[in-house]
Amino acid sequence: MGLKSRAVMVAGAGIAGIQAALDLAEMGIKVHLVEESPSIGGRMPQLDKTFPTNDCSMCILSPKMSESVRHPNIKIYTTTTIDSVSGIPGDFTAKIVERAKYIDQEKCVSCGLCEEKCPVKVDDIFDMKLRKRGAVSRYFLQSIPSEYTIDPHNCLYLNKGVCRLCEKVCPAGAINFDDKDKIFEINVGAIILSGGIDSYDPIHLGNFGYRRYKNVVTSLEFERMLSASGPLGGHVVRPGDHKEPKSLAFIQCVGSRDENINHNYCSSACCMFAIKEAMIAKEHIKDLESTVFYMDIRAFGKDFDKYYEKSKDKYGVEYIKSKVSDISEDDDGNLILKYVYENGDISHKQFDMAVLAVGLQPRKSIVNLSKSLNFKLNEFGFCRSDTNLPLATTREGIFVCGAMNGPKDIPESVTAASGAAAETLKFLRLERQDISAEKDAVQEKDVAGDRPRIGAFVCHCGINIAGVVDVKDVAEHARHLPNVEYAEDLIYACSQDCMNTIKERIKEYDLNRIVVAACTPRTHEPLFRETITEAGLNPYLFEMANIRDQCSWAHMNEPWLATVKSKDLMSMGVAKARELKPLKRLPIEINPKAMVIGGGLAGMTTAISLAEAGHEVYLIEKENELGGNLRNIFFDFDSDPQVLLADTISKAESNELIHIYKNAIIKKIDGFVGNFSTTVTGNNKNEEISFDHGVVIIATGADEHVTEEYLYGRSDRIVSQVELEDILKTRKFPGTRKPKNVVMIQCVGSREEGKMYCSRVCCTKAVKNAGVLKNILPNVNIYIIYRDIRTYGFREKHYSELRDKGAMFIHYTPENKPIVELVNEKDTDSQVKVTVFDPIVNKNIEIQADMLVLATAIDAKKENIDLVKMLKVSLNTDGMFLEAHVKLRPVDFATDGIFVAGLAHCPKDCDESITQAKAAASRALTFLNKKAILAEGTICEVNDSRCTGCGYCVHICAYNAIELDPEKGTARVNDALCKGCGACVASCRCGALDLRGFTNGQMFGVFDSLEMTNVIDE
Amino acid sequence: MKNKNSLKIVSFLCKWCSYTGADLAGINRSQYPTAILPIKVMCSSRIDPVFLIKSYLRGADGILVGG
Repeated sequence: MGLKSRAVMVAGAGIAGIQAALDLAEMGIKVHLVEESPSIGGRMPQLDKTFPTNDCSMCILSPKMSESVRHPNIKIYTTTTIDSVSGIPGDFTAKIVERAKYIDQEKCVSCGLCEEKCPVKVDDIFDMKLRKRGAVSRYFLQSIPSEYTIDPHNCLYLNKGVCRLCEKVCPAGAINFDDKDKIFEINVGAIILSGGIDSYDPIHLGNFGYRRYKNVVTSLEFERMLSASGPLGGHVVRPGDHKEPKSLAFIQCVGSRDENINHNYCSSACCMFAIKEAMIAKEHIKDLESTVFYMDIRAFGKDFDKYYEKSKDKYGVEYIKSKVSDISEDDDGNLILKYVYENGDISHKQFDMAVLAVGLQPRKSIVNLSKSLNFKLNEFGFCRSDTNLPLATTREGIFVCGAMNGPKDIPESVTAASGAAAETLKFLRLERQDISAEKDAVQEKDVAGDRPRIGAFVCHCGINIAGVVDVKDVAEHARHLPNVEYAEDLIYACSQDCMNTIKERIKEYDLNRIVVAACTPRTHEPLFRETITEAGLNPYLFEMANIRDQCSWAHMNEPWLATVKSKDLMSMGVAKARELKPLKRLPIEINPKAMVIGGGLAGMTTAISLAEAGHEVYLIEKENELGGNLRNIFFDFDSDPQVLLADTISKAESNELIHIYKNAIIKKIDGFVGNFSTTVTGNNKNEEISFDHGVVIIATGADEHVTEEYLYGRSDRIVSQVELEDILKTRKFPGTRKPKNVVMIQCVGSREEGKMYCSRVCCTKAVKNAGVLKNILPNVNIYIIYRDIRTYGFREKHYSELRDKGAMFIHYTPENKPIVELVNEKDTDSQVKVTVFDPIVNKNIEIQADMLVLATAIDAKKENIDLVKMLKVSLNTDGMFLEAHVKLRPVDFATDGIFVAGLAHCPKDCDESITQAKAAASRALTFLNKKAILAEGTICEVNDSRCTGCGYCVHICAYNAIELDPEKGTARVNDALCKGCGACVASCRCGALDLRGFTNGQMFGVFDSLEMTNVIDE
Repeated sequence: MKNKNSLKIVSFLCKWCSYTGADLAGINRSQYPTAILPIKVMCSSRIDPVFLIKSYLRGADGILVGG
């Protein structure tokens, strides 16, 4: 098949869609990013904070949103749906329909006057109907694109033919009622579906009184209440009477784990969601008491259990294992919860407010989409995918990521998105990108040594600035500042004609520095930089004064003071501009080869993905055979792990681009992104092999915990879950007769002091192995002694099936662990006596077990520390590798060019390892698919004559960008790694370091200008 | 004591968080005193103690570090 296409359609622009688009765009693939709503961003913008770090959701998302809208390889279509897809993989034609927006997106300046004047007020969907918006509106504050759209279902003019008020008030003349739906046909090689999920609507569960009782809200509504940019401004009050609640009840599993509504799956994220909301609410209201009513707390992700423990210890959140049967309301709007404990006891408690942890469910639109695109849904209505191909839909060439094929939290969605991006490559034509030679680049003027000749421009932004600030006065002020040769006010500085004006003035007045006082550099700096580049100036000879977002909009009622502040900001901008120097972005060549450390499932999968994309891979395995932990797994619910293992090994071994080194030990890794050099010893320990490569992927796996608890090792009848798999395969049970009673104890070595993490796979493994055992010996009695059963996602189904088959589940707490004894100490074949407190019958019970199976933890490898030293990456407190950002960069390290996949990152199941391995390949390809990358312009520089070589900066740098030059003894900055934060500059005692673009000289210039700022007399 | 309208609070704002946050306050039309004079930095760790001294010497009435 001769591949031609270099384009992909990504359908759904939530965090998953954005990540997939960014990865592909960075590999040089053209992406059509299609989104149904008026803005990209998906669910994340609705969230206040994210677990387990309590990062602000919008703050971490918005850089990715901005990056995707600015990326030359990404075309965004909002208010757009997919009509149909025809053709074959590698050559699809997608027909998409962009609904009319009725506002010219080129002209709209997002000032909001139209919405202010719009007489229609409708429920705001984004704010969960907690506030009203106009029929013309922006989806949310930080929407991208930021332009307004008219909602045709609610607009008076479009429905009744009267009004057109917005048209009259729009200063930019952007309203266009003649706008029509547009149909596009786009040709793409592959498609990624990332349409996301809906939350369950609890109106169907009458017993919780949702909508009947005002003080019962959903978790997503509560999230908007907590949000500082939400309808309540972050001040939590009861919807009923606007009083601050003093007690909160969180009710878990609303619309999840519920067979009655065909939701026999776990929504995976709601436990953490509730824990987070309980903690954040406590930060808002100091004397708040929160109680979580739960069946099992499923804090199974990386560092989640520490977060859960913190909520109990530091925030005093109370957890009650029970089922809430119903809620009633008293005359004051207080809620009385009736709940049933495990042992059947019924209790009541009163709360000011209740939050329903609503589950995730497929979006309604998925049914039609699956028909028009011809892919299949699973039994719960999610997009169907296979355990071994977790990113593929049932239609070849169409992939899926995010929560569309099963409940996922944010990092899992991001990982799946990167993985899906890698999967599309087999249907695309890939080429390594050159650093694009500037199209019709204008010769850059040399300004070195020239006296600064500054041009200052002040933008009206229609009335957004000029309505408050006296812009002419600001321009006049600028005209008299030192080195300002020219000053002018412009109606819309960012409009094409005003940019042309700026370019003309540069030539006319021979300007060599430009200051624009306007909206904000966040959105407009790139545009102005491009403009001055076109006029022959280095892009870094530009400075922006923020007089809209941080002045006119923030001081709307103080026009005179806002004008004074604008002048001050102009003075500061000019002062900095005076000191600006032209900067260059230097190219760093990228070696196209990769090194993957670890030949288990994750490592092999990454290697295969990279090789299939045309890159040579060095696959380093310390054992004498490939396969890692997968070699010990023999059963899965609907696939054979050993078939997966054999397939993967054969693919890796038969690919001639993959160089496999077994029994290999890494001696040395030098270098940085694009330019690594590694030495390993192979089969022959004396022989050293060295090779160069551009990236490193760590897939070193993890170890099974060897416990000393529960008499492990004292009897053949006491085995681990991994050993049980082997027994189930060979059917050689310990003892002389087939087992009658089998006891399994969960969380052996997990979730304890010093190892406060969940090993994630053990609950599912116990359920799986118990099921296999039941199939082999239908009469066996199985007792599973557990703390919380964490069969998240669709794994829940297997848990309930096992319960239906008669397995007994007994809950224990770490304070009251089961006691294990040998019935006859002297007999090597003795039965095992397990004594455990059973809360259901409220007393200790004894089980004479023929076999005791321990779910031992997954431990981080001790050898990880060797790689930490060689690569200068970090580990978390449990010894697992620490990614760059737990939410949005789950496979990257803070240091560029190094990635992680599989158990080395944290405990995970096979399908999750495969997904992450493909994600690591995708992230690596964003580098490998370029011949070179450009270093940043605003990076640190060293003045050798001042540097004493103390090495303080080397330790300070979070990106490992500084080292001491062994010959000169002075600090040396690696341009490729420096992120330009400037921490080293502030820490340098000798003033040897400086940050280009933010030099001490430039900053001092700004402070000096303060003296000239206006002082106002009484 | 200066007139409160004359106060200058030099505000160092990290490009990645608080500078964006200050933009958001504007987009949200949250109103605050004009005394806040924002200075964008690449990271709050860039702020040298000398910056604070210089600011005060040049007449700043207060300093806000957001990062």
